[in-house]
Amino acid sequence: MISDLLRIEGLRVYYYTRDGVVMAVDNVDLFMKKGETIGLVGESGSGKSTLGRAILRLVPPPGRIISGKIVFDGLNLTELSEEEMRKIRGKRISMVFQDPMTSLDPLMKIGDHIVETIMAHETLTREEAEEKAIKLLEQVGIRSERFMDYPHQFSGGMRQRVGIALALALNPDLVIADEPTSSLDVIVQFQILDLMKELKNLYGMGMILITHDISIIPGIADKVALMYAGQLVEFADAKSFFNEPLHPYGKALLESIPNIQHSDQKLKYIPGNPPDLINPPKGCRFSPRCPYATEKCREEEPPTIMVGHHRLVKCFQY
Amino acid sequence: MTSLRVYIIRRILLSIPMLLILLSVVFVVLRVAGDPVSAMLGGHAPISEIERIRKQLGLDKPLYIQYLNYLMNLAHFDLGRSMIWGQRPVLDEILEHFPATLELSISAFTFSILLGVFTGVFSARRRNKPADHAIRLYGIITYSIFIPWFGLVLQLIFGVYLGWLPISGRSDPRMAPEIITGLYVLDSILTMNLPGLIDSIRHLILPTVTLGIYLSGIYTRLTRTHMIDILQSDFIRAARARGLPERTIIYKHALKNAFIPILTMMGLQFALLLAGAVLTETTFSWPGMGYFLYERISYRDFTTIQGTIVFIATLIVLISLIVDIIYVYIDPRIRY
Amino acid sequence: MANLTAPKMITSMLSKISPRRGVEGLFIIVGLVIVLTFIFMAIFAPVLAPYDPNKTRVGGLYESPNSKFPMGTDRLGRDILSRIIWGSRTVLIVTFLSMALSSACGVTLGLISGYVGGKFDTALSLFMDSLYAFPGLILAIALAVMLGQGIMPVTVSLTVVYVPIYFRMIRGEVLSMKESLFVEAAKAIGAKGRTLIFKYIFPNVIPSIPIVLSLNAADAVLTLAALSFLGLGLPAHIPDWGFDLRMGYGALTAKIWWPGTFPGLMIVLLTLGFSLFGEGLAEILNPKLSGR
Repeated sequence: MISDLLRIEGLRVYYYTRDGVVMAVDNVDLFMKKGETIGLVGESGSGKSTLGRAILRLVPPPGRIISGKIVFDGLNLTELSEEEMRKIRGKRISMVFQDPMTSLDPLMKIGDHIVETIMAHETLTREEAEEKAIKLLEQVGIRSERFMDYPHQFSGGMRQRVGIALALALNPDLVIADEPTSSLDVIVQFQILDLMKELKNLYGMGMILITHDISIIPGIADKVALMYAGQLVEFADAKSFFNEPLHPYGKALLESIPNIQHSDQKLKYIPGNPPDLINPPKGCRFSPRCPYATEKCREEEPPTIMVGHHRLVKCFQY
Repeated sequence: MTSLRVYIIRRILLSIPMLLILLSVVFVVLRVAGDPVSAMLGGHAPISEIERIRKQLGLDKPLYIQYLNYLMNLAHFDLGRSMIWGQRPVLDEILEHFPATLELSISAFTFSILLGVFTGVFSARRRNKPADHAIRLYGIITYSIFIPWFGLVLQLIFGVYLGWLPISGRSDPRMAPEIITGLYVLDSILTMNLPGLIDSIRHLILPTVTLGIYLSGIYTRLTRTHMIDILQSDFIRAARARGLPERTIIYKHALKNAFIPILTMMGLQFALLLAGAVLTETTFSWPGMGYFLYERISYRDFTTIQGTIVFIATLIVLISLIVDIIYVYIDPRIRY
Repeated sequence: MANLTAPKMITSMLSKISPRRGVEGLFIIVGLVIVLTFIFMAIFAPVLAPYDPNKTRVGGLYESPNSKFPMGTDRLGRDILSRIIWGSRTVLIVTFLSMALSSACGVTLGLISGYVGGKFDTALSLFMDSLYAFPGLILAIALAVMLGQGIMPVTVSLTVVYVPIYFRMIRGEVLSMKESLFVEAAKAIGAKGRTLIFKYIFPNVIPSIPIVLSLNAADAVLTLAALSFLGLGLPAHIPDWGFDLRMGYGALTAKIWWPGTFPGLMIVLLTLGFSLFGEGLAEILNPKLSGR
């Protein structure tokens, strides 16, 4: 297990709001190897984005990491000083954001975004940093003459390319991509996903792809981590997960994807709403919506069980 | 780039009707509110004297002719002649006093923005902590400052009791610099007059602090509000995720964006700056336009008062034009 | 908002004001206490003032603050405390009078202009906007020069300065109401113009009225003081803080600090009272307005 790139143990992230404590991430364990891609899937409000931000220790207030370890390449990130953490952000772990429209500084040229990031971490001259930035932009498919343009002169897809170039600027070991395609239209989504696959092969970094859209996972992720109501309910390699999901929530989720090959099949949806994370349901958090739920599920929290090789599921059925 | 030029030309053309309307309002206010001659002479003068002055000022003619004359004269940069002493052209007198006002305004304005932005950023970063509340209170107090009183207190402390700083005027006459631009600090530097420079700066300190603190409150609040908004925005979060140093994030990204609404306010604040300058100059006997206006008010020198107000109206239009043009250069979203 | 009656709205407003609301509540209460103290002083001036404010030589000339004259005496040997107490009457009369006049004129003109629309509206708005573009003090100076000294001329000068504020506020409200659907609906069921105004427009404006009024009062106190300071205010026999402050400069270099400091302090305190009250209200009732 020493070769793990990232190991999260017992992580809890709570938001202390005026209405109460929101347990956005509640006792989550996760591990990934170098160069691996994990698809972190869940509905909105399941805590997946909070988990992604917690890795960079960028949970916005009133949120706080309460307990747990985030060990990255042997370093426990929760124990680092703010300055040590800053040196990791962008350089060793970087992030691609959901909305490329708002995640760039509207008053700064896109080239300068990249130059600035490079120069915050490496001692290069401005010329060297610019050269590197132009190379990066070309790699993500942006012509070098657009270096001097401002964010508002780019389309959403183009801006997300800039976002990706920024994330890759310092050749990080891990990229956290938080819904990188959800704000883009479908065709652009595929282009961006293809680009990400291509660059992943080129750079060989690890990636956590956070998404609510499970249909983009196959072909890009090696593993799937399924989150529900702040907890990890299933963790499996992608192939076995799509063959046969173990957790009832995973099953329901797969059945809700439209499938062109079986167009006669009726599309299913999951009844009910995701639970309130201030007062989560007793027992298994999915139990109120689960077709297989028993009395036990409603009373006791199920343990996380290892099934087969490295396949984890949090359910009484196994 | 051509669209930029078109924008600027359009903006310049637009300020012509703006100026015309403002000047007409000055005319309406000064003619409808009362009779200039009786306001000047206090109503006790003999009728023949009143008639003579009415004729001299063209007030015996119908109102619309007066209005046309007024505009025609303004178009020729003729603000009339002063009604007392040498009856000098009003514009000459105003221009003589203008550099003093300009010097005080630049220095107070700079001071107020630096102070306001600094306290605002400080406050926003400590949102809802005691320091933040204290600074918000500061914002309200500055809004309530009565310049002559605040000036008096500063004069008492730093001038009368401690004896550190002069309490009136622009310079010690023995050390006044040779006049080139009329801005004493600049003139002292240009003529390499070190004692003159120190003396001018010493005279400038108290008026600058008085007017500057009065004006700073609005920038404090504005900076605070916009910094709080911007510090929560996506691109700041993204900048943090890129591992940029906190200083870069606050001053390069957040403040630059917060500065756009502050700039808009700077244009609007200019009117307040002028009003504040009248009081500050009177308080510190600072020989600028405001002090000049105050002196002429006590003589009820009608043409000079009208001329000064016309001059101020023109300045307001001019400044709003300049601010709009600066705006275009700062915000690329407007530029293209 | 529209279906709330005014008394209900006021109670709901008041319920939001309490020290528990944090700093804003404290601001409001401190502001209110200051303003009420001055109102009390103004009403009971004849009882509270130890001396006749205009009587010269009730003590020595420039007596420093002592047990007989807590704030000292001025250059004519008048009691400064008594002048301050009577001065609060002057300030509050002029302030409240000009506020009442300017809000009445501004609201009426704003309603008419917004409702009538067309060229009349364009011309009036243009005029009001230009008045508004002027620094209040410069405008007040111009008017006061023309109108001469005295309570009424000064009140009128201040009134003209503040009319555009109310005009713009009400006109904007009328225009947006004219657009909005529920007025359309009310018209359809036959509500008359006047009912429309009272039923729909005023309730929308009411919450911001106390804020605008108190911030305006703060500004009016300063503008009046400035006019008096510049020698455009009131005749000599009316005790007036701004003018007394001006006179206080006379012996400054002789370290005679009290004749100017005390009247000036009152100007600042009263302004601060109105501002704290208004700002506190603004933050509670309309957090968007001033930003948290």
